[in-house]
Amino acid sequence: MSDSLLQFRNVSKSYSGNSVLSGINFDVKEGEIHALIGENGAGKSTLMNILFGMPVITSTGGYEGDVLIEGKKIDFKSPHEAMYAGIGMVHQEFMLIPGFSITENIKINREITTPNVVSRVLGKRLETLDMVRMNADARKALDTLDMGIDEFILVAGLPVGHMQFVEIAREIDKTGIKILVFDEPTAVLTESEAQNLLAAVRRLASKGIGIVFISHRLDEIVGIADRVTVLRDGELVATKEIKDTDAVEIAALMIGRKVAISRVQFEGRAISDEVFMSIRDLHVGMPGEMVKGIDLEIRKGEIVGIGGLAGQGKLGIANGVLGTYPSRGEVVFNGKRLDLNDPHDTIASGIGFVSEDRKGVGLLLNESIELNIAFTAMQVGNRFLKKTGPFGFQDDAEMRRHAVKMIKALDIRCESPLQHAGNLSGGNQQKVCVARALTQDPIFLFVSEPTRGIDIGAKKLILDLLLKLNKENGMTIVMTSSELAELRSICDRIVIVCEGKVEGVLSPDASDADFGLMMSGSRIKKTEDSSEGRSVHV
Amino acid sequence: MENLHSSSKNAGSWILENIVTIIFVAFTIFGFMVSSGVSVGYFFSELSSRIFRNSFLVLSLIIPVLAGLGLNFGIVIGAMSGQVAIAIARYFEMGGLSGLSFCFVVAALVAALCGYFTGKLYNKTRGQEMIASLIVGFFANGIYQFLFLFVVGVVIAVPATHPMIKPDGVGIRMTVDLVPVKQGGLKYALENIYQIPFVHALLILALGLLALLLIRYYWNKRRGYGYRNSMSSLLVNAAFCLALAGVAVHAMVTKSQLLMVRKVPVVTGLLIIGLCVFTVLIMKTKLGQDFRSVGQSQHTAEVSGINVDRTRIIATMISTVLASWGQIIYLQNMGTLNTYNAHTQIGMFSVAALLVGGASTSKASITHAIFGTILFNAMFIMSPEIGQSLFGQAILGEYFRTFMVYGVIGVALGLHVWNTNKKSRITVE
Amino acid sequence: MSEMNGNANGNNRIRSAGRLLGSVGLPTAIIGVFWLFTLVAGHFVGISMSTLVSDTIKRAGMNGILVLAMVPAIQSGTGPNFALPIGIVCGLFGLVCSIELNLMGPAWLLVSFAISIPLAAAVGYAYGRLMNAVKGSEMTIATYTGFSIVALMCLAWLMIPFQNPKMGWFIGNGLRETIQLDAVGGAQLLNNFLMFTIGDVIIPTGLLLTFAFFTALVWLFFRSKSGIAISAGGINPKFARATGLDIDKNRIIANIISTILGAIGIIVYSQSYGYAQLYTAPLMMAFPAVAAILIGGATASRAKVSHVIIGVVFFQGLLTTALPVANEVFAGTDLSEIMRMIIQNGIILYALTQVKRGVQ
Repeated sequence: MSDSLLQFRNVSKSYSGNSVLSGINFDVKEGEIHALIGENGAGKSTLMNILFGMPVITSTGGYEGDVLIEGKKIDFKSPHEAMYAGIGMVHQEFMLIPGFSITENIKINREITTPNVVSRVLGKRLETLDMVRMNADARKALDTLDMGIDEFILVAGLPVGHMQFVEIAREIDKTGIKILVFDEPTAVLTESEAQNLLAAVRRLASKGIGIVFISHRLDEIVGIADRVTVLRDGELVATKEIKDTDAVEIAALMIGRKVAISRVQFEGRAISDEVFMSIRDLHVGMPGEMVKGIDLEIRKGEIVGIGGLAGQGKLGIANGVLGTYPSRGEVVFNGKRLDLNDPHDTIASGIGFVSEDRKGVGLLLNESIELNIAFTAMQVGNRFLKKTGPFGFQDDAEMRRHAVKMIKALDIRCESPLQHAGNLSGGNQQKVCVARALTQDPIFLFVSEPTRGIDIGAKKLILDLLLKLNKENGMTIVMTSSELAELRSICDRIVIVCEGKVEGVLSPDASDADFGLMMSGSRIKKTEDSSEGRSVHV
Repeated sequence: MENLHSSSKNAGSWILENIVTIIFVAFTIFGFMVSSGVSVGYFFSELSSRIFRNSFLVLSLIIPVLAGLGLNFGIVIGAMSGQVAIAIARYFEMGGLSGLSFCFVVAALVAALCGYFTGKLYNKTRGQEMIASLIVGFFANGIYQFLFLFVVGVVIAVPATHPMIKPDGVGIRMTVDLVPVKQGGLKYALENIYQIPFVHALLILALGLLALLLIRYYWNKRRGYGYRNSMSSLLVNAAFCLALAGVAVHAMVTKSQLLMVRKVPVVTGLLIIGLCVFTVLIMKTKLGQDFRSVGQSQHTAEVSGINVDRTRIIATMISTVLASWGQIIYLQNMGTLNTYNAHTQIGMFSVAALLVGGASTSKASITHAIFGTILFNAMFIMSPEIGQSLFGQAILGEYFRTFMVYGVIGVALGLHVWNTNKKSRITVE
Repeated sequence: MSEMNGNANGNNRIRSAGRLLGSVGLPTAIIGVFWLFTLVAGHFVGISMSTLVSDTIKRAGMNGILVLAMVPAIQSGTGPNFALPIGIVCGLFGLVCSIELNLMGPAWLLVSFAISIPLAAAVGYAYGRLMNAVKGSEMTIATYTGFSIVALMCLAWLMIPFQNPKMGWFIGNGLRETIQLDAVGGAQLLNNFLMFTIGDVIIPTGLLLTFAFFTALVWLFFRSKSGIAISAGGINPKFARATGLDIDKNRIIANIISTILGAIGIIVYSQSYGYAQLYTAPLMMAFPAVAAILIGGATASRAKVSHVIIGVVFFQGLLTTALPVANEVFAGTDLSEIMRMIIQNGIILYALTQVKRGVQ
């Protein structure tokens, strides 16, 4: 299409054999707002990284296909080349310096200078700053966004919405800006700030700038975009004009899979009516996964799934109960109130945790497998220790015996129990984490992202293991995952978290559209026939 | 997301932020109250010479703080470069202005080279620059001693009869006297050019500052920095200048003790003012803005395309060169080169002076440097007196002074880190 | 990924040699080679090997516990204990009190320990709390805290109302800068205990036994539940928190142990040296100990007991050998002191460049 400002033609990218994008065709016209939506791992960030010439792309073998700007092929080798070609990005995390004024932030490393005596001898870097001209430019950019604040005040102390506008002002101040990419821009804004932002986006589009609008909020997309493209698992699912589609259809397209993981039917699972753990008004300060008030009840013997899009807070729940991040609220487990922010107490009451951050939180990479497996049980349960007086010393023999047993039971592929955990493959590392949690003999298990980054075979193994634990040992399991498919395969019910709160609870066989709508926090009322899927929690 | 909100300003937090300055002011006032033997004339003579001797060195610490390198204890290396230059000049018996210029040039070259390597080290020890600068000072001291005690004599042949060289022909002596400028040497080379009485200098300074304040106010309005003007602070500062001028005039009229104070070296004063002007001007250039960007957020600066590593190296090089010149100014006034000890304390005293003036590891200005130098040296002069009056032993005053120096640095560092940690602590809403 | 199995056989040998160097560590290798070189040079210049060996053993033994004090601090994530002078000052205080009580010989030694250990524990607790408040910049603040305390103690030594003539100035109040320990029968007390000689080499058995004893204690401690918890907190605080460990409490415990070892270490050092040095002597004592453990193969975040032994032997060995050799070869210059400054501080600088984003 020759009137396209930006065009991706058959773009593909793979990282060491794993394809993350295949055959993507995507274009943005002048003055168009083109929304981009997809689940976690759908390929949105990779697509933008390719556009910006980020090192993560250029240093891993580049990409296939073509990227064209105004009809001309480009291949950016660095973000600065992208900037010079007129592409700007408003990130989720602000790149602002709080101690600088708005003008200084807008003009960072593009300051306007005038030559002086010294600079003629020693170089351009010693030219004097021309604050008058810079302030004028900043004023112009701010006015375009209809912002009345003074350009010389410091950024520190500005409300979040204003800071985002400063980010945008910085981008549009760059000469010749043609394309602007917004990455989840309304995620951190209040209602009114979000409205201001959308108005500003419309204003920018009306000036002819092509806008790529990445967001998970279906309502916003439907409200502001001209076209929407849905990505799923690295493939282009559809590109549609907004006027030809609606939120329900987009939601369904976002979730739907060609291959479904078959749901295992099992008999004889005992789910009692007894509420084993009740969570009330849980707030967790986990950067990037904030929880803003969650109520949940989990019955003994259940397998509950927690799902939602990335950054919406699902990972914060388990972390909040454990206490790895500051949290407040009331959690009652097995009749006793838990002291949040005291992980020792929580673990000692019989709750096991498998963290989503396998390497960072889950393992001591430079220690042996056997120590990793025995660790929590040793520290909290006083196992694997030879006691002499008030001191307990590491009982190597006991640790070895147990490790060997676990390695066999979970089929952990390793050279010996003494091998460093950091040398194992991802799947085996995950098994070590699970082994450690199981060694505590927990009666309740929180598992987060159990099969992330693991191949299909190992995935099934771990899911089967969880099922077995539930069926044979009656273990209550809460599984948090960004892969809806695996949640649907073994969970009894799935809680969807959006914007830090419980958006709703669905049965595993609810429709794709239901899941999609709930995950994107859409306010659109569902049609009658799938209303059973929207079971409200007790 | 970072906590981008500024800290609350109430009385308690102001006291905590400026605790170091407050302690020193209190100490000095206390010293005046308890001591009996210190005359006003003696005090101001000492204070005046110390200020002229040390200010340049303290000023050289400002740029690294602004560039995010923290307190550059590595100015010791700059001091050593200055001493290398002085040693060479002394050896070849150069003197006067030509000898001094030679020193400045040689010191600048050596210091620039050393500063480059020190800067590279700081880039490799990101996050731990301050302890690295401390240790690199010790390390460089080892190399300096290697040069002066071993290379001179063993590798470079020198006659044992030279007054600088040890009697056995290997190594430079522990103390080397600089020949007075009137006899063709370097001592007092700067002082000798032009000197004026203390009270005259005070008057000129006061009036000059007043003029500066007014000019700056006007210029800010014209140049787009109008928001930086504050009528109240202008009035307070102007009143202070007028008061100072008043004191000077009063002294001249009543022929008080202040007239007995030692004369003030004008050229040194001009050099110090020159460095202040240089610092202000360089911060108004693109390079200065880059220093600030890198100092505030290395990540944002990097993402915006600034070459962070190179900027930090340039900042270190400038600081080291300035320190080398500062040490030359110091030595030509002292008159004696204490070959192996002159530079060792310099780092710590200069840093302490800057901190006493109200600076921190992330914020430093010319006012901090000058005010701190005055206050620190005032306390320095008073401490033997205080020791004598309070404990009956002057040496106790000196030990206490040493404790204060280390303590000041420790407290300033500690407070800064504690505040930074507090701000970045994650809280649940 | 776990591809520890090598590829072609030819590469294996080069790879294993490289891995050997990697596992030995650059500082250890350099110092080791240097030491060997000076030993050989010493032999050629005609210096008695047995004297060199005896001196090396003695100096290794006498510095050993001070280096050992680095292990708990490093393992807990606080970095090398640059505030070792704080523990040293506690030890000196105990030593001086013990003299004031007119004790001699073994009684003096034991009471020195008895007084300084509880003091060091209390001081170590306060210091540990300070370190918890300044995470990320522990090394810088530790250094200045150490300096400040030594300076403060200078005042104390001068004002302390002790009367014992073995310690005081002849005129005026306060203690002398150097106190001779043979006046209390303390000089070489441990060294001479069960001492024996092999040929011309003197083995100070008591000293070595003391060092071995405390080394064993530290090794045992880090195999205990507490020690393992401390090590985990130092290497991966997120992991430690997620397994229910109280990282702050563990760091305090580690710093208490480090301070106590510093106190014990200086008493052992002083008795071997024959003199107790007050005032500004402890100011720079942290740095050789830090350098020694780094030479032994430790980093700013991982240290084992084996690093202590290797490090103190190599470092002290090099210094002991270099002095007479340098004096023979380059008469008149104290080249060994210069060499010590360069090597010691160079090693610490190297370790600092290997620190990733702060000590934790």
